[in-house]
Amino acid sequence: MSIFVDENTKVLIQGITGNQGAFHARQMVAYGTKVVAGVSPGKGGQKVDDIPVYNSVKEAMEHHQIDASILFVPAKFAKDGAFEAIHAGVKLLILIPEHIPLHDAMAIMNFARAKGTTVIGPNTFGVVSSGKCKIGIMPNQYFVPGPVGVVSRSGTLSYEIVGSLAAAGLGTSTVVGLGGDRVVGLNFIDVLARFEKDPGTEVIVLVGEIGGTAEEEAADYISKHISKPVLAYLAGKSAPPGKRMGHAGAIIERGMGTFEGKVKALNAVGVEVATLTFEVPELVSKVLLKKAM
Amino acid sequence: MKIYEYMGKELFAKYGIPVPKGRVARTPEEAGQITAEIGDAVIKSQILSGKRGKAGGIKFTASPHEARKFAAELLGSEIRGFKVDAVLVEEKLKIDKEYYLAITIDRGAKCPVVLASVQGGMDIEEVPEEHIVKYHVDYSIGMMPFKTKYITSKLKLPAEEAAQVQEILVKLYKMFVELDAELVEINPLVVSAGKIIAADAKVIIDDDALFRQKDLPYVEEKTESEKKAHELGLAFVELEGNIGVMANGAGITMATLDTLQYFGGSAANFLDAGGGASEEATAKALELVLAKNPKAIIINIFGGITRCDDVANAFASVKKKRGIPVPVVIRLVGTNQEKGREILREVGIEAYDTMHEAAQKAVELAAANQ
Repeated sequence: MSIFVDENTKVLIQGITGNQGAFHARQMVAYGTKVVAGVSPGKGGQKVDDIPVYNSVKEAMEHHQIDASILFVPAKFAKDGAFEAIHAGVKLLILIPEHIPLHDAMAIMNFARAKGTTVIGPNTFGVVSSGKCKIGIMPNQYFVPGPVGVVSRSGTLSYEIVGSLAAAGLGTSTVVGLGGDRVVGLNFIDVLARFEKDPGTEVIVLVGEIGGTAEEEAADYISKHISKPVLAYLAGKSAPPGKRMGHAGAIIERGMGTFEGKVKALNAVGVEVATLTFEVPELVSKVLLKKAM
Repeated sequence: MKIYEYMGKELFAKYGIPVPKGRVARTPEEAGQITAEIGDAVIKSQILSGKRGKAGGIKFTASPHEARKFAAELLGSEIRGFKVDAVLVEEKLKIDKEYYLAITIDRGAKCPVVLASVQGGMDIEEVPEEHIVKYHVDYSIGMMPFKTKYITSKLKLPAEEAAQVQEILVKLYKMFVELDAELVEINPLVVSAGKIIAADAKVIIDDDALFRQKDLPYVEEKTESEKKAHELGLAFVELEGNIGVMANGAGITMATLDTLQYFGGSAANFLDAGGGASEEATAKALELVLAKNPKAIIINIFGGITRCDDVANAFASVKKKRGIPVPVVIRLVGTNQEKGREILREVGIEAYDTMHEAAQKAVELAAANQ
């Protein structure tokens, strides 16, 4: 089992004829993802390998069943592309671009909420249900099936951790990238709730970093609603204080967002925290062993 | 991007939000001239930091002569680590009450949030939560009258003040949206003889939206290296240690710093080369790292959208062109990993598989190179 996507998910790629779009279209197909169509305005009628290209999302949807769309267009055009997909009725939208203006991100999330579309990202590596369906830009070889659910705010860091898990013989059920931007579609809680219900997930790894309050909110949720074991890895222990928002931003956080604060919040609800990536497989093995006994 | 108070106030004025009379001065003569026009004046150093008053950056006078003297002292001086290039000379307000008003973005709620309090003038973090009105704004609806009325009602403002604050809220929100702001903050929002006036202005614009905010003045607050990195689309922060770091992705860059620290080393910089950086950008990033004269360099790449062969080619070309005078440790895995490693082998580098092995080696080499 898995969450968000599985072997039956039919995928559309927006921006498929671009450099990144075409490269990752092939990577996704190679992984086994059912990529059924692509969109590139003005390039309708072309093909990328065997994938038909349409001028608009609406036209693609007139010819194919589309369960999810992944967007590869430049940040300045992302709002239009996202609105196009949501408006056409796409129910799962993965936004890869980085540097989408914050006000565009707010507008996208608002429209998605109204239309019932789930948005992953922006600035995400995507989502992969290992061995079934990859919608994103992650390197294929590390995502092998297994019992570990991973949810993360950081792309490369997730590859790092999923890679070290795979090297230790531990596969993943689904790996979800929330996205590194300040306004993103999903938070830890949305994904934790799904992992809790997924029979294919036995242990959950939460990959966080300094800044914001998402990890603290996750800790609160875990204590109330999650019965499965949860482990965390946090990046940024050695980082100097970054550029912070003004006072108004600080007040929303109320002193939360530091490394120490996050560790404390997670430990308080029984979540062990790794501060080095290679500690994660050890912690996961320990939990799985304990479960088996 | 933060902008100066006087720029913020010029924008307030443009949007119809009342501000004190006055304008910016860049010479003592201008400051004297403006004081002569407005009388009782306050002279405020323009720096991208708060708490200017405590640091001696704000002066009061009614005399043009004294205004020139104060401006001469302030201009060119350094306050809280910032050089003062301009002062704002404006009328000194009679202050009856000080409120707080701001609009920012709530990450969790994914929408704008209004923060308002009748306890203004101090650091908003020091105001108890129960004295702050927090109100989320539905992005598709915007700041409608019923929302402004709710906010002033919660603040328990007298009717004549409420009407003015409601109007300011509508204008401030319009500005927040039209200028792609992350934060617009008025602290204090002053009640002066029944009139409500923005006595300060703090505005932060979303860097990712600057491409469509061409009319705004550009304010630079980065170091030279940070500026260069920004132009290349890289995130770069100078640090105190001696190991140069280049990685791809903010998370893995942070993890690299954490791992160096674990093995007893410390980073000379934080450089996130980003996802999908081209060969050319990667080569320039490497130049930035070298410019800090580190004792060793660690390159940590886990390629997803970034391709290992691009990084390896960039490294090889920099090595051939200018030579790299310090030991380099490279960890290279992910997309096109074998191609990348082959390229590195040609220039005599064997890449590592794991971050901790590479970090440990980099710390050793830096220590040996003292």
